[in-house]
Amino acid sequence: MTHALNRAGRRGDRRSARSLLPAAPFAAGRPGGRRPLILALLIAAFAAALATVGPGVAHAEGEQVRGTLTTSASGPIEGVTITVETPDGDEIDSVETDEAGRFAVDLPGPGDYVVSLDADSLPEGVDVGSAGDTRTVTVETGRRLPVNFGLTDGTTGGSGRILAIQLFVDGLRFGLLIAMCAVGLSLIFGTTGLTNFAHGELVTLGAVVAFFINSHGVPLIAAGLIAVVVGGLVGALNELGLWRPLRRRGTGLVAALVVSIGLSLAARYLIQTFYGGRSNAYIDYQSQRARDYGILTLTDRDLYSIIISVIVLVAVAVMLQRTRIGKAMRAVADNRDLAASSGIDVNRVILVVWVMGGALAALGGVLLGLSDQVQWDMGFRLLLLMFAGVTLGGLGTAYGALVGSVIVGIFVQMSTLVIPDDVKYVGGLLLLIVILIIRPQGILGSRARIG
Amino acid sequence: MPADPKPTGATASGAGTSGAGAPGSGYHPGAQGSFQSGDAPRRLAQAALKDLPWEIGVAKPDPAVVVDGVTRTFGGLTAVSVDHLEIQRGGITGLIGPNGAGKTTLFNLLTGFDQPDTGTWSFDGKSLGKLSPHQVARLGVVRTFQLTKALSRLSVLQNMLLGAQDQRGEGFFRALVPGIWRGEEKANTEKAMDLLRRFKLDAKKDDFAGTLSGGQRKLLEMARALMSDPQVVMLDEPMAGVNPALTQSLLGHVKDLREQGMTVIFVEHDMDVVRDISDWVVVMAAGRIIAEGPPESISQNRAVVDAYLGAHHDAPLTVEEEDKVLAQAEREIAREENAEGEILSSEKDEPRRTER
Amino acid sequence: MSDLLDAFALGVRAMFTYQAIFFALLAIGLNVHFGYTGLLNFGQIAFAMLGGFGIAISVSKWGLPFWAGVLVGLLAAVVLALLLGLPTLRLRADYLAIVTIAAAEALRLLFRSVSATPITNSTLGISAFNGGFLRLSPWGTSGRYNILGTRWNGGELWVITVGWTLVILTSVLVFLLMRSPWGRVLRAVREDEDAARALGKNVYSYKMQSLVLGGLFGALGGMVYAVGTGSAQPDQYQNANTFLAYGALILGGAATVLGPIIGAMLLWFIIAFSDSALSALLSDDRTFFGLFQINEVFSQTDVAYARFIIIGLGIMFLMIFRPQGIIGDRREVMLDAR
Repeated sequence: MTHALNRAGRRGDRRSARSLLPAAPFAAGRPGGRRPLILALLIAAFAAALATVGPGVAHAEGEQVRGTLTTSASGPIEGVTITVETPDGDEIDSVETDEAGRFAVDLPGPGDYVVSLDADSLPEGVDVGSAGDTRTVTVETGRRLPVNFGLTDGTTGGSGRILAIQLFVDGLRFGLLIAMCAVGLSLIFGTTGLTNFAHGELVTLGAVVAFFINSHGVPLIAAGLIAVVVGGLVGALNELGLWRPLRRRGTGLVAALVVSIGLSLAARYLIQTFYGGRSNAYIDYQSQRARDYGILTLTDRDLYSIIISVIVLVAVAVMLQRTRIGKAMRAVADNRDLAASSGIDVNRVILVVWVMGGALAALGGVLLGLSDQVQWDMGFRLLLLMFAGVTLGGLGTAYGALVGSVIVGIFVQMSTLVIPDDVKYVGGLLLLIVILIIRPQGILGSRARIG
Repeated sequence: MPADPKPTGATASGAGTSGAGAPGSGYHPGAQGSFQSGDAPRRLAQAALKDLPWEIGVAKPDPAVVVDGVTRTFGGLTAVSVDHLEIQRGGITGLIGPNGAGKTTLFNLLTGFDQPDTGTWSFDGKSLGKLSPHQVARLGVVRTFQLTKALSRLSVLQNMLLGAQDQRGEGFFRALVPGIWRGEEKANTEKAMDLLRRFKLDAKKDDFAGTLSGGQRKLLEMARALMSDPQVVMLDEPMAGVNPALTQSLLGHVKDLREQGMTVIFVEHDMDVVRDISDWVVVMAAGRIIAEGPPESISQNRAVVDAYLGAHHDAPLTVEEEDKVLAQAEREIAREENAEGEILSSEKDEPRRTER
Repeated sequence: MSDLLDAFALGVRAMFTYQAIFFALLAIGLNVHFGYTGLLNFGQIAFAMLGGFGIAISVSKWGLPFWAGVLVGLLAAVVLALLLGLPTLRLRADYLAIVTIAAAEALRLLFRSVSATPITNSTLGISAFNGGFLRLSPWGTSGRYNILGTRWNGGELWVITVGWTLVILTSVLVFLLMRSPWGRVLRAVREDEDAARALGKNVYSYKMQSLVLGGLFGALGGMVYAVGTGSAQPDQYQNANTFLAYGALILGGAATVLGPIIGAMLLWFIIAFSDSALSALLSDDRTFFGLFQINEVFSQTDVAYARFIIIGLGIMFLMIFRPQGIIGDRREVMLDAR
């Protein structure tokens, strides 16, 4: 019995960016004149956006668990014994952490493993957290799984109130990221009525482009900026190459939604073909120690992530509120026909929305890659939380998306106070369903849009 | 839509229709009871309404529908505020008013498609408040829509069969046993074919409803509504978008409904049509009823003329309201113009509840 | 050339495997939802997961007989349909889409979480629960059989026999329902909910019935898959499968009784054929028009991704250029592009 589907669904080993062979013959082989060509071009350009950044860096094959033992007071902890066993108790390997506190154990294959730490070898004052000195982890194919022991050294230790603040700030950072990605999603919905299921791939694209450029030694900030530009361009390409022609054809909203799902699927696996199934970190900003701010600790990259998000979101808000194009966007989102009849060039506004949405999503992806590593399906997983945020705030409203996303982000992170970490997204998705029961129009939405 | 206003300004919004209803039509103002259409046969409802005073909220001898204190606001704008309204049974009541007067909203409220902020209304003494649209329809109050809702990808005959009520075959488990519903289906099909012949659509019975012309869709929608043997038929602009050749036929069908004892309420812009077929006319502006009476009384009514001409001296509309009304009118027109084209923003996602 | 013939034979065989049945049943359910009622259920895989785990948990963890597990799975699917439908079916179509896709992902994450280990064995999943089913087989399940040049083992043959019987039964059910007045109301709901309401139809109730019915078909699909693989792992039930099922439905033709079946079979033919053809292409040192050596650029794992890319693009192109699918009525689809 073949297990083809399951095999395909797993993450395979990684590969470098090259050609678009699987996509092009299919696109070009279709009859029907100009539009297939446009689509083929769209896909080609999409692929080219990836291909231009060149072949990736080499990585070790196989599965791994790894991690860093460090606390804010003691710094990296060297010489602690880490043992990895199968659930049946067969030892895989036992290693000591190096001078940077790091450890890494290669695994024979995917599956469940028990990672334990020798608490006696920890330095004075440092203790394992409330979760104890062992972790049971599930390693997927090709994944190098980070294991976090949550060591405490008394400075941030244990107290639920302070942990809550820590999670709140982390949730705020995450929520702002969701918001940045979701603003475009919401505006696209507002201006065109399209529920764009392929928006998550714009997020992934941003992270992947930044990763490839960064892996060639270009500083991450520059790489990120390029990724944002690429994101904007791909957004424009989406609109010009696909959605505008479809609107002109008179494609229905439901059909358009299904098309966006097809695009999402194709783009996601195209990215996986180029990028591979592994999660990778950027080269820059990886070995930062968390700074102690009294009630919480924060790495500089997380702090800057928050600052960048806030600045960008405020800029977007100001643009929507003050500039001509921003007002036009809101007008089109509010009532497209009315906007068109009062002389607004609706197609131009929609194009700007796509460029902006693509750029914001890419920036969100860059920042998400910074905190959570770069993965081929990171955008798709985030998409569901974006939907949760957008729905919570009210479909089609820019500010609603912002508020809703921040709430979702904080909710997801804070929910780990009471539920296990690996089901925290479930909480966010349940929140979405609860909101739909209580207040389907969202926090800032108007009742009229939902019927 | 021959009498539909162009979105060029406040006064223009009434120009087309007020011309049609302008004085000079030969009736004597204030001469109560002196009107006789002459060519029309004497009708029961008309006779019953003859001696009523031309007052807002006047009690009818035999009301089928009674509305009390119904208000509906949309974000601060009052779309409908009706203190008291009675609709005579077996008569044709025309509901007129400028764009944004709240006619369609009132229809939506009466048929359960929208819920009011306050108020009660009843049909044959049964309260209709809090009922959902399908429950209202099952009581015998059916409606049509301003933008026709022909079920495009169903055949004309299937459209008709959907109109029949209490079908046994519409239950999940009974649907699986054709023997239970086949006889009923046959009877319904015969009834549907009778109606289609009356509406001259029988040749099209196997065509998809989406292939019909605008006028034919209006006919189909009306015929479909009749499949349920309704007691009250509410027609939202039955003549809008219908080519003039079909108008007379449609009018004839509306009159037929009355002959069959149904109560008809219809929204219309064309004053000639209103004068031709209604027994009683209710005029709305800015959500309120500003006049009611027999059709002859309306063209002389000061408030009506003001409302249609947008006169400012007694300001039925504030400037702000007028802007909103105008915007709505513009939007409706834009929407109708776009209805065939840009579907990514088609009426399907157009918020129903903002229509007013 | 012989590679291509082999690939073709594999493709034909794949049209009848339990995977094809799995997608046929998912697509038949989606056809009820999307094709006939216009409901956008993007979480069909969640129903399948509940079906599969319904059997697996009942048999392995609770010690119930196999058929009780089937009932548990179906019941779970009904409950999920009600939970999803209650808040969303009164709202616009995309809300159901968002909630179903979110629920499917949430359920999968929940089932694979460490804290669910006592019930679902987390990511390892549950196996060895289909003994009760295999014992019902009229022929030996361990032997090998040769049918028209394709090789099957006995258990597999029993699974696909029951599976195709299920496909036929559900299709007959759909056929009967859709030509009845009940089915007519569903189509009316798809065309215009308000019109259906104005004609006295309880739209909410019909949408709910449709959601439950299609969800049950999805659960049956999940059961066939779980029994076919002999295990139930949460990660078998990825969201992408729902999209593949949509691909099958659109390929075959939505709102037709046979469309989803033809679509699912073709889908598996395409997947199996392209998989083995591409693999064959990569196995020797062929070059791409003399430009570069193909297997230096693409590896075998890329073949697995290529199918999703092809299917994603296929969904797009079909939806744009041939929305009625292979056997659908073009007029019926083009009339009302909404």
